[in-house]
This record gives sequence, structure tokens and C-alpha cells, in this order.
Amino acid sequence: MTADYTPKELMACVAARELRDGEVVFVGIGLPNLACNLARATHAPKLLLIYESGAVGAVPERLPVSVGDPSLVTGCIMVASMADVFQSFLQGGRIEVGFLGGAQVDRWGNINTTVVGGSYEHPKVRLPGSGGAAEIAVHARRLLIIGALSPRMFPADVDFVTSPGNRYHGTPRSAFKHPGAGPRRVITDRAILEANDDTGELELSALYPGETVESVRAQVGWPLAVRDALGSVEPPSAEELRLLRDVLDPKRLFLKG
Amino acid sequence: MSKLVSMHDAIAAHVRDGDSVIIEGFTHLIAYSAGHEIIRQRRRDLTLCRLTPDLIYDQMIAAGCARKMVFSWAGNPGAGSLFAFRRAVEGKAAPIELEEYSHFGMVARLSAGAAHLPFWALRNYAGTDLPVANPQIKTVTCPYTGEELATVPALNPDVAIVHVQRADIHGNAQVWGLLGTQKEAAFAATRVIVVCEEIVDEAVIRADPNRTIIPGLIVSAVVHEPWGAHPSYAQGYYDRDNEFYVNWEQVARDEASLARWLDAWVYGVKDRAEYIAKQPGLDERLKAKSRPSGVVDYGY
Repeated sequence: MTADYTPKELMACVAARELRDGEVVFVGIGLPNLACNLARATHAPKLLLIYESGAVGAVPERLPVSVGDPSLVTGCIMVASMADVFQSFLQGGRIEVGFLGGAQVDRWGNINTTVVGGSYEHPKVRLPGSGGAAEIAVHARRLLIIGALSPRMFPADVDFVTSPGNRYHGTPRSAFKHPGAGPRRVITDRAILEANDDTGELELSALYPGETVESVRAQVGWPLAVRDALGSVEPPSAEELRLLRDVLDPKRLFLKG
Repeated sequence: MSKLVSMHDAIAAHVRDGDSVIIEGFTHLIAYSAGHEIIRQRRRDLTLCRLTPDLIYDQMIAAGCARKMVFSWAGNPGAGSLFAFRRAVEGKAAPIELEEYSHFGMVARLSAGAAHLPFWALRNYAGTDLPVANPQIKTVTCPYTGEELATVPALNPDVAIVHVQRADIHGNAQVWGLLGTQKEAAFAATRVIVVCEEIVDEAVIRADPNRTIIPGLIVSAVVHEPWGAHPSYAQGYYDRDNEFYVNWEQVARDEASLARWLDAWVYGVKDRAEYIAKQPGLDERLKAKSRPSGVVDYGY
């Protein structure tokens, strides 16, 4: 079968479909941002987008290059100081969905955006760090993670836990009394992984067209459990593709690759 | 009395070797002109504090100004990496000390600093490696509920430098668009330098007092520096120079090429006016399209 869409395009569509109309979403940059704006343009016109920069109810007329883009301010309903964003909105329990990407995501949905290889003091690769990700993973009522599958990006254990998942060195998330439920779903370029309700472990829950259990398992660094009833995923609709390609990311800033 | 001075004089008077400095502004209103003047005046051993070090601290690290960095997200927003920072941390250049938080942690530190409290409490960090990497992140037991909360220490920088859209000569400073954490940074600091796109009459400030985020009473110096935030942006004045941020990846990936950039664009110009004159076409490329606000009535 020749697909007339790219894995990233499908990933953006699947992520958008996860969002329900009227929800309050704390939006990270890159694919999360693209997915939120796609959802707003399709089934969720009343999605309320909040960016860590302080733009609340943003309605960007161009694809924001960063979370601090001026187009997020023009026409939004409120510009909050960052103290208000983190204290009153996020810690105040107003955020229903957090949406994060990550360099590494492990079996328990822990996210690493700090260091890869070596030690914290002497890393092989230094990444940017938390930004707002740690607190989003603590407080958002449910957390969606988006990232392309590869053994390097999905190891059994991350090199550094920047943002808390469902288990930390054997201790379940419940012990930390975080207000948010933690990572529920991981949207990848081949499949959807979902957290087990009891253990918090990420399991294969749906396959994209053309993928198999084996093709997904080969990209994951732990023995990936597979749900009994695997879901399937609809390919992007013509309208979703038109919006992504012609309206939301015509320069393929976030869709490239 | 007027506090209006040149950027040269503001930095000469208020930024000293060994100081902790915070140039705040989240993507919006980053005082690049001040950072460049600090580089030109060859300040050393600075502790650079900022949520997002952005390219300005990458340039200051490359120029040898920094001993330590206190931060929460060290990347090139929307584009990639900070390469001078990475070289220093990955053992490929002179090392700098790091003290790392999350954005909420940095905002909380500045809130404590502004309020002159020793620490700030927040629900965060349990089940992460951040407190392991940074022992300054601690916990406290709430005396009312018995709940364990994370704490971060107050941050009280020696100097805060804040770029704003407009200010009067007393330092009363007004900002619109993204507010970041400039207000907290200014109140937390011992000295404050306000850099503005426009100097306006005090009457303009008084006509719209809700727009004021920093009162002149905490301000040490005011600098008038149009385009002073380039390549970041000033809402209503000019757009972010996203091309610059994207192209920076190529400039900074190589130590020698970054040094050449500093020679040409920082050491090689006298001030911000020369830096701007050196790149004709900025106005056509980045000048903001007007989107004026409605007007409110302050009458009674």
C-alpha cells in the first residue's frame, strides 16, 4: 500500500483526535502545538490553548515557531504572568490536558529532556532541560506524550527523569500524591501506547495502518505488552491533510522528516 | 531626577565582575543590547540567571563572561541547541557551573526573592531526578496540613535588566504582550536597569497605569535603545527574527565561527545603533503590523 501521507502527518492527526472540544490544554511547542491547532480547526473549535509563556485562549493566525511567539498574544483572551500560569492555572488545577514531547520516554512514561549518556555532571549530550515539562507532568489532569518511536528514544529506563511518569525507580506514582493522573497515552509515528490502569506500564493499544506488533516492538527498549483487543487508527482525512499542509504548517517546520 | 543614561554608562555603573545578573524576558523583550554591552565591557565571573538562557547567554558564555548559569530551559527556542552552553557542559570548552530548575521553580525563586522570603513552596519534583541533580531543591512539611511540599530558595540577583516597550525618564516601565517574569525579577534584584523602545512623557504612563509592571522607585538606570531586543521581539514594534534564530545553529555549532560572529556583531560595533545600521532591511522584514487595543476609561 502506498501511503499518501507521512508518519508525522498521521501522528499529528492522531494527537489532534485525542483532544475533546472545550478542554483546557497546556500546549508545548512542535507537534503538540500543531496537533492542538489542528483539533481547533476540526472537531474542537472550543479547545482552550494555554501556553507556558502566558498566552491563554490563543488563536494564532500563523504557526507559532516558539511557545513565546507574538501571534499567540494577538487576539488571545488573557496574557498571564508566568507566576500566574504556573501557580494559578497549572498548580491551581485548571489544566485538563498536558501535551509533551520528549527526547526519551521509558516504560513508565517518565520523560527525559535533560541529559543523555554519561552522568548529569558530565553528560555525553546535554539537552535543554525541563522548561515547564516537570510541572505539567505533575499537575495536568491527564498527560499526552508525542514522539517518534525508536529504540534510542524509547529505552526501558530513561537516563534522567525530568518529568514524572507512572513509576520512579520502583515507586508507583500514587506514592508521590501528584494532583495529575500522569501519562495516559503516547502518540507515536507507528502506534498508540497506553498506560496500564493498574501498573502504569505503557502497552501497545492501537496500530497504525501497515504496522504490526513486531514492527512496533522492534522500536521499543522493553518487552512491550500488547493489549488483547488492539485498536486500529484511521489514516488522515483529506481535510486533515489539507489543513496540515496548506494552512497550519505550509513551510513544514514541524512536519518535515 | 532623570535616570536616563547610555547603555555604556548603565553597564559600567551597575554590572560588576562576579555579579549575579538576570536579563529576563520570555522569548519576548530580551535585552540583547545590554548583553552585548556586557560582553564589550568584558565582565567576568558572572552568575547568569534566566529561565531560558536563549542565544544571549550562549553569546555571553562564548565571550567568557559566565562562571555559572542558573536556568530552567537551555535551548534555542523553535530551532535547536545552545552550542556554547553545550560545549561548556559536554567537556569541549571551559566548564561553567550549573544550577538547574524547571520554569515553575525559577518563577517561584523570583517570587520569593521579590517578596523577601527565604524560600517558596510548590507542588513539584517528587519522583524526578531534578532534586538529585540540584540539592538546592528541598522539601518542607506544611505546618497546617502536614503535606510535604517542594521548596526552592529565593533568588535575589545583584542586577536585573529588563527590556520594555516604553518608559519615562524615572524608570516607570510599561509592557504589553507576554509578561514573563520580569516584574518578579526586577523586584527581587538589588539594582534594576530598564531598557526601552521608547521614552515617553510621564503623562503617557499616568494615562494607562495598569500597563506599568515596574515602578521607577526600584529602577537604577533607564536606557533608550530602539530595536534593543533584536533578534527577539517587542510586541507592537517588531516581530521575532526567526531567521536569525534558525541560522544561529550554523553560526554557533563551531567555536571559531561563533567567535567571528562576536567580533563582527558585538566587539566590532560601538553600540546598538551601529548593530542595527549594519543590517539594513530589518524594518521592512520585521516591523509589526498594527493591531491597536481598545481604549479603557480610567474616569470616576
